[in-house]
Amino acid sequence: MKYLEEFRNEKQVKKLLNDIHSIVTREWSIMEICGGQTHSLVKNGILNLLPGEITMVHGPGCPVCVTPIGMIDRAVELALKKNVIMCSFGDMVRVPGSEMSLMKSKALGADIRIVYSPLDALKIARDNPDREVVFFAVGFETTAPANALSVIQAAKSGLRNYSILTSHVLVPPAMEAILSDEETRIDGFLAAGHVCAIMGSEEYEPITKKYRVPVVITGFEPVDLLHGIKSCVEQLESGKSELDNQYKRVVRRAGNQEAQSVIFEIFEVGDREWRGIGMIPSSGYHVKEKYSDYDAIRKLDVVAVDGKENPDCMAGLILKGLKKPHECPLFGNKCSPSNPQGAPMVSSEGACAAYYHFGYEPE
Amino acid sequence: MSDRKFTLQCPMPELDFEVVTLGHGSGGKLTNDLLDKGVFSLFQNDALQQRHDGAFLDIQGKIAFTTDSFVINPIFFPGGNIGELSVNGTVNDLAMCGADPKYISLSLIIEEGMRIDDLWEVLAGVKVSAEAAGVQVVTGDTKVVEKGKGDQVFINTTGVGITHPAVDFSMDRISPEDVVIVSGPIAAHGMAIMSVREGLTFESDIISDTRPLHEITSSLIDKYGKDIKLLRDPTRGGVATVLNEVAKFSRVGIELNEYRFPVDTQVKAACEMLGLDPLYVANEGIFLAVVKKDIAQQALSTIQSHRYGRQATIIGEVQEENPGKVFIKSKIGGRRVVGMLAGEQLPRIC
Amino acid sequence: MCLAIPGKVISIKESSDEIFKIGIVSFDGINREVNLAMVPEVQLNDYVLVHVGVAIQTLDEEEAMKTMEYLKELEDLNEELGPDINQEGIDEGDKN
Repeated sequence: MKYLEEFRNEKQVKKLLNDIHSIVTREWSIMEICGGQTHSLVKNGILNLLPGEITMVHGPGCPVCVTPIGMIDRAVELALKKNVIMCSFGDMVRVPGSEMSLMKSKALGADIRIVYSPLDALKIARDNPDREVVFFAVGFETTAPANALSVIQAAKSGLRNYSILTSHVLVPPAMEAILSDEETRIDGFLAAGHVCAIMGSEEYEPITKKYRVPVVITGFEPVDLLHGIKSCVEQLESGKSELDNQYKRVVRRAGNQEAQSVIFEIFEVGDREWRGIGMIPSSGYHVKEKYSDYDAIRKLDVVAVDGKENPDCMAGLILKGLKKPHECPLFGNKCSPSNPQGAPMVSSEGACAAYYHFGYEPE
Repeated sequence: MSDRKFTLQCPMPELDFEVVTLGHGSGGKLTNDLLDKGVFSLFQNDALQQRHDGAFLDIQGKIAFTTDSFVINPIFFPGGNIGELSVNGTVNDLAMCGADPKYISLSLIIEEGMRIDDLWEVLAGVKVSAEAAGVQVVTGDTKVVEKGKGDQVFINTTGVGITHPAVDFSMDRISPEDVVIVSGPIAAHGMAIMSVREGLTFESDIISDTRPLHEITSSLIDKYGKDIKLLRDPTRGGVATVLNEVAKFSRVGIELNEYRFPVDTQVKAACEMLGLDPLYVANEGIFLAVVKKDIAQQALSTIQSHRYGRQATIIGEVQEENPGKVFIKSKIGGRRVVGMLAGEQLPRIC
Repeated sequence: MCLAIPGKVISIKESSDEIFKIGIVSFDGINREVNLAMVPEVQLNDYVLVHVGVAIQTLDEEEAMKTMEYLKELEDLNEELGPDINQEGIDEGDKN
């Protein structure tokens, strides 16, 4: 596929790996923010090809993993209501809540529909005027415009039977939370290219200055990632802490202004709970009062729940990059993709699932 | 429903009912109407025309016996329908046993309200596929269930075939240096189904690869006998699932090469779009063969000489190291484990 | 996050309200209806980045070419230098 295959070139990969091997002189920890970056690194076997001095730390950029357990419980509660059709992205339906996942609620009679796009959920609402359609709107900034768009379209078409259950999270506050944690030792970041496509590269400039860490924006193909890692290591080796956009074909400094205005028509920034991490101030999007008729929590009768986590699950430490999945005592025995104890094991983007799936042994 | 390719080949007679009702399953006149005009008019063979409770078959040799149920939704998909799938699925199960498929049974559980022209298209699909595969539908059953208790129609087919005398398939016989061959491009069937699933639809030229494989498997066994260690068709769960089973039960490691997997361009693009790994997507018209290294190239040529095997390739080999695990070398030179999935692979956003 | 792939815009359907503007985007022959509200400047045959059925950005083909050329230079440089400096852990992809 054009603009995809070219960035999987084996020779270029080898050259970049050579370069990285030859410039690195000491140990560095680099965090890749996005679950898609983690997936690509593991799937292409890149982690094992990097020099031993470089440790890739897997960040919390998996929206499925960080959706609070209480939010899943709300989704299940809604889904079990007689008249509701619950629409969701595929990766969300297997994440366990306190009692069950959306997938399991199907066995109890819930009408769950997997969709590729929130606009498909809107279509289901139009096709089923007598049913209440709820779309489980999770994601980072990349997905926010599409989710917001579905609400704008619903409002403009006068569609009354559609609402979204929102669990949107933002990257820069998460990075700051990680960097402010005293236990963290992250030397540099690979920022998520598609989040930056929407929001622009400029929001990362203050982070590089405040925390004096290099931030390199990358795409997701092997060449993109390795180029990003090389650039990050170069900066680290020379003591720099700058923002470097290595995904210029898609990321512009100001991002996509139309997408941002769509987001801010529907959403406003607010505090958000992150599963495994806790409350991070101003780290999420909430539906504005003006559109409360499209906010499932306000529109439908949903009880606020806190949700019960497995106390032995160390998702939080893993999401903050303080521990690796195979260092968890539950990994591979009590916790596996068929019996996940926490979110990073359920979503295929989660660090634990990626490690399990691609063959890491428990320690 | 899009085209009625099977009805075009087997025109539907005049019927005085448009939908199947509970009455059609109750065993009385309505049932006979449905069977006479529907089933028996399509399947003309001695055994079935006897209208006994069972069929008398004269078979010499070691019998292979298999059964499979088909509960797919939607029942019509690009490239075929559930009828065709139900014949080819059972024919291929027998082929994987190293048998020459001969006779199948056809059991229908029809949902009340199913349109008769849809049912006819499905049955015509069974007929055309059975003829193409050289098997006869010799016995069957029809039931009707209340509306809401089925997905238009569920089908079970059970098949018998005669096992080739040279067959010696066994997980225990698989050993290091054996070679793994795939007979054709992967992931087509699963992506054809995806393309028409509500919420995920997209336009493409992808069609299901459902087709009978027994002619190819027969040639392989004829020519190479015991050097063919195992045949498996990677249906649900895809190539990755079958190879994991092989690695586990044979207690060997398997090393694959991503470069070598044949995947159709559009199938690949559809997988990229939905975030699916083709290794785990269902197939209906390909098989995996584990063969002795000495005859691997010739076996490959034999498969490639058949029209359903033109794109066959060697995708990997069996090894002693890492027993129970399947590895794949990625196109960029890295290496990773290909694990078993916990459940169905779902489209992802991340 | 997020799975977004580049595709070519092969048709555009204007709408009186930009919010409903859609087009057909082709990914190597896979065609899907995609919302184009957030890429108002898009033209036929442009490439867009598509995430969950919505075009989130147009691909800057000039930047893409620059990057690909730079990477090609790297590749050529690698061949000039001869065998890899560090072979450890790097498998040769078998291209037969």
